[in-house]
Amino acid sequence: MKHEILEKNVVLLAVLILAAISIGGLVEIVPLMNQKAATQPSPGLALRTPLEVAGRDVYIREGCYNCHSQMVRSLHEEVMRYGPAGQAGESVWDHPFQWGSKRTGPDLSRIGGRYSDDWHRIHLNNPRDVVPESNMPAYHWLTEQAVDGEEVAAMMRALRLAGVPFSEQDIAGAPEAVAGKNQMNALIAYLQSLRAPKAAAAPATPAATTQRTAAAAAAGPATGEQP
Amino acid sequence: MNMLEQLSGFWHWFIVLLTLVSIAGCLWLLFANAKAPGGSDTGHVWDDDLREYNNPLPRWWLVLFVLTVVFALGYLAFYPGLGNFGGRLQWSSDGQMQQQLAQVEQARNQRYAALASRPIPANAVDPEARALGRGLFMANCAGCHGADARGALGFPNLADKDWLYGGDPEAILASIRDGRAGQMPNFNAMLKAEVVDDLVRTVRGWSDPALPAEVRERGMKQYAYTCAACHGPEGRGNPAIGVPNLADATWLHGGSYESVRQSILFGRRSNMPAHRDLLSDAEIHLLAAYVYGLAETP
Repeated sequence: MKHEILEKNVVLLAVLILAAISIGGLVEIVPLMNQKAATQPSPGLALRTPLEVAGRDVYIREGCYNCHSQMVRSLHEEVMRYGPAGQAGESVWDHPFQWGSKRTGPDLSRIGGRYSDDWHRIHLNNPRDVVPESNMPAYHWLTEQAVDGEEVAAMMRALRLAGVPFSEQDIAGAPEAVAGKNQMNALIAYLQSLRAPKAAAAPATPAATTQRTAAAAAAGPATGEQP
Repeated sequence: MNMLEQLSGFWHWFIVLLTLVSIAGCLWLLFANAKAPGGSDTGHVWDDDLREYNNPLPRWWLVLFVLTVVFALGYLAFYPGLGNFGGRLQWSSDGQMQQQLAQVEQARNQRYAALASRPIPANAVDPEARALGRGLFMANCAGCHGADARGALGFPNLADKDWLYGGDPEAILASIRDGRAGQMPNFNAMLKAEVVDDLVRTVRGWSDPALPAEVRERGMKQYAYTCAACHGPEGRGNPAIGVPNLADATWLHGGSYESVRQSILFGRRSNMPAHRDLLSDAEIHLLAAYVYGLAETP
């Protein structure tokens, strides 16, 4: 082959380099965009309530994703510690998704129902009050900031543009649903909503029946701030 | 559960063809350039006599490259990579996870089988059962009740002999399995402002001889009217519905004047989450034994 043609024609070289390095993306990414498992909501995935939408916004604003992931990897240690492995379909209504990439604190995608609302309030107010070894910052000011109903409705309209199927009724009811709530309430409601979609967890596979085991437990305190 | 959905025919062949064609393309590129006429140069000359030659690739490099292609084809034959073709080994990350989970599960169930059928007081003094229970406690309970089980403000101490809902094995099992919802109503609207101070001092100073008699008298009058129905005429509480004993030194929500006043005026709400969906029966049994043992064996 006349390699010389490539070496002496920089535009042609650039075009061919682009073609070569795009093959990986074409094979790995493009087919996923057309695969139902990655583009359709998991069975049983619940729409967020207005308060949870507001809480999610607080979660993003405070940068919780910098230290907490929301993705249980398909490894038996993680499934035993946190619960069923994360599925792509769980995040199709999340814009942007909150998978995160770093765990200074524990994964949160299965945290809902594990602690009482009161525990969350005390923990967010000052994490050391309930977990003495924690290095998480305190978020006590969240109780002082009210949730703005109109803002939540606007967020829901924006999310609907991105494909989240909120109804006109959902959005119209938002200001009433968050009336009198502060951002602490909203964040706690959001955290309590983080759990595996019901229908996905239903089949009696080992993963669904044994979320926690003594082996995972023996590995150390799951409630502390461990990587 | 985690089976990847099958790709449609188009995307399947899209992946297969693109992958195989690009591997074949690499090989072609390699051999098309491997046989450059040896000895010829590119015509570039620097510093009078420094020439750039155009030699074929070294053989060792060529062989290494071919080996990577062989590895790639071998990988695609045995592992998933070509669209819907799962590979000869039928390996999947989810399958591997399920398999390891089943192994751990089986080993664990064997350990549990003997312990889960024994009565809780027996497990409470058994070193192996206690070790397993401790692990479960650290993973599931320490967040609220503390790693030493001594609780925190609003979260009961489990290591003492003071129990809100009773300390017998059945009560502990029920607390873990079904959770508990403790509720102290608020009396802000019911209490006259002048009686609040007497009531707070009476409740705090229940067993304190130094409390002035007239304060206790006024406080007890109000107590009999608003508090005795739940906390009992002698302030001993009621473990059947989780009402705390006011006459002892344990204060779940704090025993300071301000804390007790807050509790009376604005109420308290405590919630122990139910764990029946989070833990297996054997795990709850072992946890109950560990918690029971904490109080019984100092």
